[in-house]
Amino acid sequence: MPDFITSYLDHTVTVSPGAAGSQFWALIYVLIIFAGVSVAVICMNWIERKALAHFQVRLGPMRVGPHGLLQPIADAIKLLLKEDIIPAEADQFVFWIAPLIGLLAAFTVYTVIPFGPSQAVSDMNIGILFMLGVSSLGVLGIVVAGWASNSHYPLIGALRSSAQMVSYEVAMGLAVISAILMTSLKDGTGTLSMIGIVQAQNEQGVWFIFKFFPLGLIAFAIFAVAMVAETNRAPFDLAEAESELTAGFHTEYSGLRWSLFMLAEYTAMIAVSSIAVTLWLGGWMHPFPNLLHARAWEFLFSLVPGLTFGGLAAIAYIGAQRMPPQSFFKIQRIGLVVFAAVLGFIALLLLVVAAVAGLLPQSSAAAQHTTGFRDGIDNVYWFVLKVAVFMYMFIWYRATWPRYRFDQLMRVGWKVMLPISLGVLVLTAIVGVYFS
Amino acid sequence: MNSALNSGMAPVATPWFFYSLAGLAVISGVLVITRRNAVHSALALIVTLLSVAGLYLMLYAPFVAGVQIIVYAGGIMVLFLFVIMLVNIDRSSKERRFNRIWPIGLTASCALLALFVSAILKGKTLLNDPITGKPMWPDPMGKLAESSNTQQIASMLYGEVNKVGQYRMGEYTFAFEIASLLLLVAILGAVIMTKKKI
Repeated sequence: MPDFITSYLDHTVTVSPGAAGSQFWALIYVLIIFAGVSVAVICMNWIERKALAHFQVRLGPMRVGPHGLLQPIADAIKLLLKEDIIPAEADQFVFWIAPLIGLLAAFTVYTVIPFGPSQAVSDMNIGILFMLGVSSLGVLGIVVAGWASNSHYPLIGALRSSAQMVSYEVAMGLAVISAILMTSLKDGTGTLSMIGIVQAQNEQGVWFIFKFFPLGLIAFAIFAVAMVAETNRAPFDLAEAESELTAGFHTEYSGLRWSLFMLAEYTAMIAVSSIAVTLWLGGWMHPFPNLLHARAWEFLFSLVPGLTFGGLAAIAYIGAQRMPPQSFFKIQRIGLVVFAAVLGFIALLLLVVAAVAGLLPQSSAAAQHTTGFRDGIDNVYWFVLKVAVFMYMFIWYRATWPRYRFDQLMRVGWKVMLPISLGVLVLTAIVGVYFS
Repeated sequence: MNSALNSGMAPVATPWFFYSLAGLAVISGVLVITRRNAVHSALALIVTLLSVAGLYLMLYAPFVAGVQIIVYAGGIMVLFLFVIMLVNIDRSSKERRFNRIWPIGLTASCALLALFVSAILKGKTLLNDPITGKPMWPDPMGKLAESSNTQQIASMLYGEVNKVGQYRMGEYTFAFEIASLLLLVAILGAVIMTKKKI
């Protein structure tokens, strides 16, 4: 194989492809992340519709595939085939480019998200600054879309959205700074690198959410509220409040362009959740990495991904058995059994990798070669699990809380969140100086 | 990051990158003043700011690039667009765009261009302290003169975030605090001018 492919596969390389200077593998990582995020958005779409339906004692999508499993695919095909209308009075070029701005901003952020110590496209010196900066570009797409539609509802939605995002960015940034301050406690120099932040939590032996209790927790809570506002999700979805603005900034959009807006929104949700996980929840680390790092514990933790997929396979299989007996459901039942078989096969693969790496003698070649692979799977698994909890919270918020009024939103942003985050920042600095 | 430097990261400062980014900045900069529609101008200005951020990245000043994106492209331009959206575009696009003082503007920009060109041509000696003959920028390691590697110089000067922090809280604290005081005065001024009753 050519050198540019094999050079990064060497198991002594422990940095991300961007840091190792391997453009080829950086590109491969970009493609994997792009595909993974798109699939995650599709899954999120289904889970959101199902979970919201169950919150409201409905069934949700049931017709397309077993339990509506194929509904997102049907939706995607419908959106692709729909007529793409550009209003006659709209600004054609800006109308065309607006969804792309939002999508580009949402996806560019993923270059620095660390799924593991080496599972990132690149490790930038300014990681978190880059993330905040690029994700704040997303609002441009919304503002420009609202203006280009040349219509009243979108314009008001865009105005609301920009005012909201600019105000919550301030509290969000201050909460982030107090977490960055915590990275400097051990050796006096902090870091903005996303991988460095997680490693700092590892060195200090505590997730930053529990650091200087309750300071870390308050900063995290502020970020958790601000990130919902930043992604325009309920209860802060005033930009698309359907009772007042029909659909807000994307009222005039249809078909593919509308779906690009949705893709950008969900992508941005995953991105901000990743920031929260990286800064406060220990990123890719499994619980108690400093206490439970013996080989036996590593083996036990490496069983978890396989067991998760095994559990999902079991649920799918039980679901297939509980299908109604009529012949109408026969194809659906076969499909669900095949789905369960695929999940079970993945579970089996993961368990085999875990067993080879954890049970064979440590000196054997097979164990040594699979250990790096197993650790990679573990890191990505724990990171994705933590992000998934946040994604479920987004749905939960949407089902639970009514929408804020605009003056309430501004009051909360400027008069509650900003002073609290400033106070937490100052207190973190004082306590940090006192303890180090 | 240090591991990245040690592992022989491929240099980013290639002519190809520089010319494409600089060309993008110039073209979009021209578009800013030639578009009739103010929103198009603002979008072109965003492209200019982003390509300048790319140039900063190329010069191994990632912190400056990040600040450029977060402050200008993400913050100020959103407020620009916010204001422009509320202006009646139809009327303003029919007005005369260049007023009679354009010769003055042309002269000023030519003078600035001359300054830049002279700085490029004589940069090595022009920026030295006239009395000691040494470079005026901070030289913490005393190795700037010997080092021929742009990347090394940049990481010594301003490239990394901790360097910026050390200068800001060490050598240049006074200037930093004065600048923030100035900004505070500006904020107060804006509040007083917009609010009739405080």
